[in-house]
Amino acid sequence: MTATARTPSGTDTRSVTTADQSARDARRAGRRGGPDRSAGRSPAKTILVTAILAVVAVYFLVPAYWVVIAATKTTEDLFATNGFWFGSTFALWDNLSAVLSYDGGVFLRWFANSVLYAGVGALLATYFAAAGGYALAKYVFRGRDTIFGLVLGGVLVPGTATALPLFLLFSQLGIANTYWSVLLPSLVSPFGLFLCRIYANATVDTSLIEAGRIDGASELRIFHTLGLRIMTPALVTVFLFQLVGIWNNYFLPLVMLSDSNLFPITLGLNNWRSQVDRLPEFYELTTGGVLLSIIPLAIAMVVLQRFWRGGLTEGSVKA
Amino acid sequence: MTATENITTEQGPSSRRRRRTGAGSRAGGSAPWVLIAPFLALFILTFILPIIVAIGSSFTRVTRSGLFGEEGVTTQFAWFQNYAQALADGNFIASIGRMLLFGVVQVPVMIVLCTILALLLESASARWPGFFRAAYFLPYGIPGVIATILWSFLYVPGLSPVIDVAAAVGLQLDFLGPSTVLWSIANIVTWTYTGYNMMIIIAQLKSIPTELYEAAKVDGASSWRVARSIQLPLIRPALVLTTVFSIIGTLQLFAEPQVLQTVAPAIDSQYTPNLSAYTTAFAYNDYNVAAAQSVLIALVAFLLSFLFLRFTNRRSS
Repeated sequence: MTATARTPSGTDTRSVTTADQSARDARRAGRRGGPDRSAGRSPAKTILVTAILAVVAVYFLVPAYWVVIAATKTTEDLFATNGFWFGSTFALWDNLSAVLSYDGGVFLRWFANSVLYAGVGALLATYFAAAGGYALAKYVFRGRDTIFGLVLGGVLVPGTATALPLFLLFSQLGIANTYWSVLLPSLVSPFGLFLCRIYANATVDTSLIEAGRIDGASELRIFHTLGLRIMTPALVTVFLFQLVGIWNNYFLPLVMLSDSNLFPITLGLNNWRSQVDRLPEFYELTTGGVLLSIIPLAIAMVVLQRFWRGGLTEGSVKA
Repeated sequence: MTATENITTEQGPSSRRRRRTGAGSRAGGSAPWVLIAPFLALFILTFILPIIVAIGSSFTRVTRSGLFGEEGVTTQFAWFQNYAQALADGNFIASIGRMLLFGVVQVPVMIVLCTILALLLESASARWPGFFRAAYFLPYGIPGVIATILWSFLYVPGLSPVIDVAAAVGLQLDFLGPSTVLWSIANIVTWTYTGYNMMIIIAQLKSIPTELYEAAKVDGASSWRVARSIQLPLIRPALVLTTVFSIIGTLQLFAEPQVLQTVAPAIDSQYTPNLSAYTTAFAYNDYNVAAAQSVLIALVAFLLSFLFLRFTNRRSS
């Protein structure tokens, strides 16, 4: 996909690069310092653009802000005071300790389940997608195109379309309502394999593999030491996509699990929220739980967002 | 440089094979199969088999004899009976129509919004792009269910500060009424996924060679011109990708309406196709019709993605 995007630019780029090698090196150094992608800039434009971005940021941050405020309120204040500002009593710590201690600390159990499903699932899924994508990109073997076609079809199959039949299948295998029923489907990322194949194609140089072979390394060793390392930027992306995908998944665990001890945090919190009509104290449990569940993901998003890009190792052989 | 790299990798396999046989090394062999085996096994278990099971059970019918099925259960081939039943269900058809309406409005709005944000963030005019990127991307890390819980608190009268603020300036807002609740769901979906799609587009923008921008600068092109003539054409693949994923996602909509159901009476148990299939399976215990519905949902998603891809291919050629 990226290849098709780049082709039109190919000819001009090459003529430029062959024309003046040293100029290109200078530019590459400049690119590392900070990209200058604009044709020109002015202070007025900077203010306008930044103002637009700031207004949009308010939209994206308001619900998060609201939940922070709501989590500090008592149930009475929640309804009686302005939602965008603190209430008369600061009840954050009471609320959070109620969240953590309710029902023998079931919230922590849900949280740990989510960490297990998402962490283990994403790690293994990334490794499997990397191995598969590398194999499809770097080897010619019978059935390669068939496999790739099937996986590509898999990218387009709605996840929820397979969840119901998967439940029927897992019920027959006797693993519905177990950790496995959520973990096993999380280990597969067709989109990850697709990304890894593209990335391996573009960055893992065949001459490097050849060099490894001449040194007597086995194919698996070449993949593990060389392929995985060069593919790291793509792997981080695949890992993050899969991590968030599993963490956010709701339909699959909803279909598979009936034992609330196996619930991930999404299912658990919705369970609490569905009780607010009968028991208003669940408002505070839910908002406090939502706040606690957002914090680690928010930190992860901010810290990891710098890794959400590809193309970091281009030129690993040439250098 | 990127272009030459692509060319070499395109030729890679065949030239390598030649070289390999020349060098006499027995590279390859079973290695690719060992590498791909774990993925393939799991893919078959969690994609291929369920699809076969779904198609199989969508064509069969289970009949229980006796008042409570105590005289045994018989399974027989039912041709298109389940499909006929699913398609005869006006509510199910209406739910697909509802999602088409939803998609026609929400997907373009979101794609335009995320493209503009990506272009603005990647223009040198933006201050603190890192902060804004993180802020826009943050909702993607919040599960749809939790996002819906959050927004539902902002939609419910009495709890919502938004409604209070609007009432103060004389606006009567009803986020959960029969005509508005669909767009309230669209808002949640847009809020969740705009940042995610923006990141895909930014990744593609970053792959545009810097030389192109410099050439444009030399030619004295304005930012607007750069966006229109360089950036937009080159991020087309990312736009197509995000649109296809959004179309598929729209038909899968489940968590948002299911969670909002408790506060919005306008959402019935068949509001979206997936909700309909879920209800059929777990409330009516009719797995066969539910399977037929699942197959139909996947087919519609396939058809729409296919039509969209064809549409974009024809326009580009």
